[in-house]
Amino acid sequence: MLQMQSGNATADRDESAYAQEFLTFTLGQEEYAIDILKVQEIRGYDAVTAIAGAPEFIKGVINLRGTIVPIVDLRIKFGLGKVEYTPFTVVIILHLEGRIVGIVVDSVSDVTALRDEQISPAPDFGSAVRADHIRGLASVDQRMLIVVDIAQLMLAPDMALTDAPVQ
Amino acid sequence: MSIDMSQFYQVFFEEAQEHLGSLEHLLLEIDLANPDPEDLNAVFRAAHSIKGSAGTFGFQDLADVTHVMETLLDRVRKNEMRLTEDMVDAFLEAGDVLKNLLAAHQGFAVADQQAAAAVSRRIEDLLEGRPPIDSPVSRVVQTATAGPSDHTYQISFVPEQHSAADPDVMENLLAEIGRMGKVTVACRGAADGSTPWRLSVAAAIDRAALQSVIEFVARSGSIRFDDAPGQSVAAVEGEDFGFFEATPDSPPADDVAWGLFADSSAAVGRAAPEPSNDADSSTPMAAAVDSTGAADGSFGLFDPVAPVEPAPANETAPDTPKPVPAAPVGAAARPVAQAASGANADKGSIRVSVDKVDQMINLVGELVITQAMLTAAAEKVDPVLFERLLNGLAQLDRNTRDLQESVMSIRMMPMSVVFSRFPRVVRDLSQKLGKSVELKLIGESTELDKSLIERITDPLTHLVRNSLDHGIEMPEARLAAGKQASGTITLKAYHQSGNIVIEVGDDGGGLRRDKILAKARERGLPVHDNMSDQEVWLLIFEPGFSTAEQVTEVSGRGVGMDVVKRNIAAMGGRVDIESMTGVGTRITVRLPLTLAILDGMSVGVGSDTYIIPLNYVIESLQISAGQLRTISGTERVLQVRGEYLPVIALHELFGCRNAQHDFARGIMIVLEADGIKAALFVDALLGQHQVVIKSLEANYRRVPGIAGATIMGDGRVALILDAAALIGKHSRSLAAAA
Repeated sequence: MLQMQSGNATADRDESAYAQEFLTFTLGQEEYAIDILKVQEIRGYDAVTAIAGAPEFIKGVINLRGTIVPIVDLRIKFGLGKVEYTPFTVVIILHLEGRIVGIVVDSVSDVTALRDEQISPAPDFGSAVRADHIRGLASVDQRMLIVVDIAQLMLAPDMALTDAPVQ
Repeated sequence: MSIDMSQFYQVFFEEAQEHLGSLEHLLLEIDLANPDPEDLNAVFRAAHSIKGSAGTFGFQDLADVTHVMETLLDRVRKNEMRLTEDMVDAFLEAGDVLKNLLAAHQGFAVADQQAAAAVSRRIEDLLEGRPPIDSPVSRVVQTATAGPSDHTYQISFVPEQHSAADPDVMENLLAEIGRMGKVTVACRGAADGSTPWRLSVAAAIDRAALQSVIEFVARSGSIRFDDAPGQSVAAVEGEDFGFFEATPDSPPADDVAWGLFADSSAAVGRAAPEPSNDADSSTPMAAAVDSTGAADGSFGLFDPVAPVEPAPANETAPDTPKPVPAAPVGAAARPVAQAASGANADKGSIRVSVDKVDQMINLVGELVITQAMLTAAAEKVDPVLFERLLNGLAQLDRNTRDLQESVMSIRMMPMSVVFSRFPRVVRDLSQKLGKSVELKLIGESTELDKSLIERITDPLTHLVRNSLDHGIEMPEARLAAGKQASGTITLKAYHQSGNIVIEVGDDGGGLRRDKILAKARERGLPVHDNMSDQEVWLLIFEPGFSTAEQVTEVSGRGVGMDVVKRNIAAMGGRVDIESMTGVGTRITVRLPLTLAILDGMSVGVGSDTYIIPLNYVIESLQISAGQLRTISGTERVLQVRGEYLPVIALHELFGCRNAQHDFARGIMIVLEADGIKAALFVDALLGQHQVVIKSLEANYRRVPGIAGATIMGDGRVALILDAAALIGKHSRSLAAAA
């Protein structure tokens, strides 16, 4: 009996060892979670250089220590939150499949560990993000987290961050 | 014309090694049952390139081997023969032979002409469909073994503990050595590795090969070769890394100056004249040298051992008819001396990957930005209080600029580096073909990015060879056509609106439209008689396209032009052909100026800053309202000295906020790209900088009208305008409107 219990405990620990860590941020009333391994750094919003012909939600490019990095304002893209740029505006720099992209969000909340079974499939409505870019929903302390596949979301054609496939 | 070809040898060696590397790689990857035609072409091209360059530099043995390889590959490539395992083996073997020949030309090895001839024979056999009588490889080996197989090595070594305990390991070792020659176990070592093994090996291989096999299992440094009884073992054992055989009997050049060498060579000088077939005389010498060597650790080891070598060679000579290791010793002396002089020449340059240079240029670019930021920050301080800081900054400014200049100069090389190859190429080739040709070089001082220089060399060589072979007619034909007996090939390089243009022209017979069309039909290419000359000429860039009646060593296999087009397209350039029957052909290669740093003019539009590459800018002017006219109410044109230029208003194009809309208040910049001029309207000129080009596409995507981005002194990003695209776009939209 005792042995079994301890066995269970180990199993539990093993389970939690497989938990992934997620960075959560808010956009308006919604709270999103993204794989923390995709996050390179978090920095303040500073002067961007606008790019001609870019959609409104692409604010422009910044100089990130010598690398030219485009900045996407997700608040504009999804029409969520108040779009204003203050010294507290946060940019999450993401490293996605060899590309570096910055996203502007309302605020960064915390880092949460989620196990696979904590993420339940999402119904096909209710968020600004297209359902196929959502891995699922997770509940943590009465909060609902929308777990997003950020790489798919950012590199999707409607983000206009990548070259359109050649016709 | 006297040109020292040796300065290009190094380049050839490196290129040839690269080609051999890719050849081997491709051959190993190839799918025998269903070979990819692209791979076969690539293998063929590699062989062809080696052959071409080897011929140019007069390395006939390399050219000969590659020629037979190429012939067989060509037949495989054209599906006239099936690729077989035998062929791949033969090609790989040929690759090894080529490597050996290459090393021999570099002075690192002894050319094995026997092997070269054998492999050529083997490929010729394959070419004629004869089954290999017996593997020529083994034949060669056999001839080698037949002679001096009776060279016997007495070896003792202590195996590693774990190898000694495992009988399989030792059996494998014995079997391995047994494959090289006859092996007798004189004394088996203890399983715990406490006592040494003693072997007697009779083999034709050299000591280094034997040693490398035993080293797998032996404790490091425990191998002893006692092949010359009575000779000082101390000199042979331990740290002999197989240099031994290759060591010259004279002391190597004095440039290996480890300080101690002068001493030891003096010692050698005294010792050498003595008859050295007496072991006693060599032992004290080695000891003496060793003691000097000891002062310097292991560095001295190589040189001091050298004088001992002639002793065993001389000793063994009377015993055996002609021991194999002895033969290379004498022969090796010369190549090693060459290698020493080669090493001296190498000191002049190092081959560095372009990536590293690019990284350096980027870093220097960052440094320039940082320096500009510091200078900007220091403008606000009191010059009296901070005099030393400001002096330091001024010095930093100077040093940064010098550094930037020297880093930049790494990449820039004059065209003459490429051009100076050609007089020899043309001379040799025209002699071979019995043609009389004069070569004109124009614009040799045109500077070109190093990476482009390296990559343009091969295509240009092909073009020149083609002009010579196909373009220039035989003297009799020229005289009959009313031309001078001697033809002219003109190589010309110049800068034109941000491009580098290289022309290869000849005054030969020109391209034959009917022949090209006929050949294209024969090859099943989609052609028709109404094609424009331009389109017809471009057909010669198709893979495998050649109208030459016979395949010569020079050209005619139709591989060259295909390579030319590929290489140039890979550099982002393009090739144009102009040709007139009976008058000549001119092939124009245009390469973009893809430098990491460009001279730019920064302009302000509203709150944004843009960079215009300076080489597009012709002039800038302020206009009065009267100079501006409109066409059909929307298109604006500007009259400048009798010319009407279309006006591109940057703020309209890019939708900039807070921009100047009054044309009389801003600045017009006259740009020219590809011969088309336009006026660009901006708010103000801000300055002129050298800017580091950063890719926008790395993390974003292509933006029409933008060539890239850069980082300004204040750390902000500025976009670099693609002037050619802006003008082109505008002229197209004008054409569409008209």
